[in-house]
Amino acid sequence: MATDTQLDLWEVFIQSIAGKDYVHAGSVHASDKQMALQNARDIYTRRNEGSSIWVIPSKYVVASNPEEADMFFDPANDKIYRHPTFYAIPEGAKQI
Amino acid sequence: MTKQAALFKYLLQLGDNSLIQGHRLSEWCSRGPILEEDLAITNMALDHIGRAQAFLKYAADIEGKGKTEDDLAYKRPERQFYNKLMTELPIGDFAYTMAKQLLISTFEYFQMLELCKSKDETIAGIAAKAVKEVRYHLSHAKDWCIRLGRGTNLSHDKLQNAFNDLWMYTGEFFEMGEEDALLMKEGIAIDLQLLKPKWEEMVQSILKEANIQIPGTDYFQIGSRNGIHTEHLGHILTEMQYLQRAYPDATW
Repeated sequence: MATDTQLDLWEVFIQSIAGKDYVHAGSVHASDKQMALQNARDIYTRRNEGSSIWVIPSKYVVASNPEEADMFFDPANDKIYRHPTFYAIPEGAKQI
Repeated sequence: MTKQAALFKYLLQLGDNSLIQGHRLSEWCSRGPILEEDLAITNMALDHIGRAQAFLKYAADIEGKGKTEDDLAYKRPERQFYNKLMTELPIGDFAYTMAKQLLISTFEYFQMLELCKSKDETIAGIAAKAVKEVRYHLSHAKDWCIRLGRGTNLSHDKLQNAFNDLWMYTGEFFEMGEEDALLMKEGIAIDLQLLKPKWEEMVQSILKEANIQIPGTDYFQIGSRNGIHTEHLGHILTEMQYLQRAYPDATW
């Protein structure tokens, strides 16, 4: 794989409107946090997608190991009782 | 000079500055140092072109000859353009573009803030929108000037050279003509002399932070107020106006 020569990598999270979750939008290259914010603004919010941005250096992201996916995730497969699917949703409730 | 003629020229100046600066910035499209910066600069180019469209549309209305903003942008000869000379200078290297943007955006920031108070509601409205855009351009250029100025010896020297070259074109920012005097009486135009100390103070403080010396220039190039330009504007117009000149009123 070619070496990335384009500054440090940052992960970008965008909040569409106040109160909503920050959603991962993608990543940008930048040499400092100010540049990371500006680059994120220029790339991910130019069509009015956001009202707030978080940027986080990608090197600080701790990721699960794909090789351990079976250990991590398979045990949840047969625990259907953990889903709140057995409740009736009150009429008029938009989100629970 | 009638009020109408003064306002027309005033609007052409505002529109042309944005149009030519926007055109120069658009030359960075696909040539940015990194993809992110490529988008940042082209976003700024679009801000400028949007502003140019608004001012030139209003200019066409004031002229009252049934023209559109496109007629003014694509069918006017060089001698009838009133953009500042600095806007038409070639983009140079990245440091040069950022130095240019810093000088222009600092000026435009104070200019648009003042124009928000103009008694002409259309101008005030366009300025109110522009202030937000310009604040971002200024912040972007400022951060880059500080990074480059305090970066390596090479980046510092490139930036210092850019300011040395550009400084002689800053005198023109504060030049005023007959149209300014006439429109100032009406509360439409702003007094550029009042902007000068604010501009100087902000530029000086940013350059200090960037370790850049203020050039000791004592000659300032002027001309654009009378439609007299550097050799560069003709080349821009050749490219920009080609289609309308070759195929008048072409549409798609």
